[in-house]
Amino acid sequence: MEIRERALQTFRFSVVYPNKVVGCKSVDIVFPKNEVTALIGPSGCGKSSFLKGLNRLNDEFGCTYTGSVVMADGTDVMTLDPYELCLLRGDRIGYVMQKPVPFSGKTIQQDVAMPLLASGVRDKRIIRERVQRALEKAALWDEVHDRLDALSTALSGGQQQRLCIARAIVNAPEILLLDEPCSALDPKSTQLVEQLMIELAAEHTIVLVTHNMQQAQRVAERTAFFYEGRLVEYDTTQNMFSNPKENLTADYIIGKFS
Amino acid sequence: MRDRRLLFEFAFRAVSNAVAMVVVGVTLFILGLVFVKGIGGISFAFLTSPPTGTMDGGGIGPMILGTAWLVILMSLMTVPLGAIIAVYLNEIATRNWLYNTVMSSVRTLAAVPSIVFGLFGLAFFVTVIGGGLDWLFGYEERVFQERCLLWAALTMGTLTLPTNVISVSEALKLVPDEQRHAGICLGYTRWEVVKWVVLPQAVGGILTGLVLSVSRGAGEVAPILFVGVAYFLPHFTGDVLDQFMELGYHIYVMATQSPNVDETLPIQYATTLVLLTLTFGFNSIGQVIRWMHRKKMSR
Ligand SMILES: Nc1ncnc2c1ncn2[C@@H]1O[C@H](COP(=O)(O)OP(=O)(O)O)[C@@H](O)[C@H]1O
Ligand SMILES: [Mg+2]
Repeated sequence: MEIRERALQTFRFSVVYPNKVVGCKSVDIVFPKNEVTALIGPSGCGKSSFLKGLNRLNDEFGCTYTGSVVMADGTDVMTLDPYELCLLRGDRIGYVMQKPVPFSGKTIQQDVAMPLLASGVRDKRIIRERVQRALEKAALWDEVHDRLDALSTALSGGQQQRLCIARAIVNAPEILLLDEPCSALDPKSTQLVEQLMIELAAEHTIVLVTHNMQQAQRVAERTAFFYEGRLVEYDTTQNMFSNPKENLTADYIIGKFS
Repeated sequence: MRDRRLLFEFAFRAVSNAVAMVVVGVTLFILGLVFVKGIGGISFAFLTSPPTGTMDGGGIGPMILGTAWLVILMSLMTVPLGAIIAVYLNEIATRNWLYNTVMSSVRTLAAVPSIVFGLFGLAFFVTVIGGGLDWLFGYEERVFQERCLLWAALTMGTLTLPTNVISVSEALKLVPDEQRHAGICLGYTRWEVVKWVVLPQAVGGILTGLVLSVSRGAGEVAPILFVGVAYFLPHFTGDVLDQFMELGYHIYVMATQSPNVDETLPIQYATTLVLLTLTFGFNSIGQVIRWMHRKKMSR
């Protein structure tokens, strides 16, 4: 499998919870720049633990890590101090949660602008421009441009998730991590978000966790199969689904277990 | 079978309605009695002038001022401190044994009878702190080691502090964790999550809780019994090192210490009405804040 430019790479990367449960174990993987990579696998196989390890959101749960996660410029995420970590999450790696979480009490405009507070952007005109650009990229601008002062919690579920995507890209991060972003959405909104991910890959490197194999096939150039915390197989999506190398992968994609 | 189920349903509704009616009825009866018997005694002169004779004449001006000062001084100390402690405990502190110890002592303190706080105030603020200050400044006679408004406010503050911490904590707990996680995902520090995500959502509940716990403190008499409240003073000086008169204590004095309790009854009713009105006013402020905040959050 050929990879031209690397956006993010892990070396023997493991995540361990404080109760000694292993989230993921010794994962070596390369995420190609400006592509969508899907992480699939049965529930509890460590997809989320791995994804949250990439920008160290697992710190919140008191996880420990071994191995390394290296950005395109050579930055090792595991060695960052707390302040650098905040900068990384704010400016370089966006994250979209499973369930859409708009900030309650904030307007659409304020909500999308939240990351700009931390990056110290104070100029009202610049904030408005950046918010508009993010909303346009998230395919939400047409629906909300005339009610930016409405509460973000008043949007529909699908709109809320696109708002969260807009919020995650307002600082133009190199990498966008999405953890089952469509699992709480209706089919129509799911389709919109899938289309969106394909478009966003032009400017961002996207890592998508999904339990939906059709979704992986629709949006991802490459797919990685996780099982019991390990990376079992990693290939182009086409190869993975037409011609898996591991028996475990083959069993999983024909639905022998889930 | 069917009849049995319906019977239980009927009995359940009948009993809960009856209980609710008794509670509301008793409350309304007391409030109505105080209002009817007290309203006649209320006048501008009554609200502004000091008491006369054996508490059977004059007004309650100094008590209103004393109560107001006590509440203001107490709030200045307990409100910011309670909010800071609660934010620290809920948002910053890691959940270890120290956290658990502090949290359970706060809960225990909130349940300690208020008279114990009164004794604590006498022993700690008046004797230890006051005595210490006198020694420090080299005073021959007692200056700080006297009962006064300052020690009363601090004692009352100590009493309301645990309740404040708890009510602010409750408001913070109402903010879902996912909101905090969303903030962390954006690269916020802990403090930024508190400042930009949690506090804006919790501020209504925090203020309501603080107002309620302050108003509860304002209605207490026991904690100030030994540390500053006076039986009788001709007027309120406004000096924090002087003693003062207070509404709740005044009612207590009239009802139990007056040589002729019956003579003071009209004044007792009027004073009680004033105290109830003040407390009710405080609670209403709390309700209004809660209402305004809810409106803002669901515009
Ligand atoms: N906060 C946590 N504390 C302890 N163990 C956890 C926590 N979150 C997940 N795990 C464990 O880590 C393993 C991987 O879970 P997860 O990464 O959520 O899987 P997936 O996202 O693929 O469903 C599971 O065994 C799960 O029980
Ligand atoms: Mg998961």
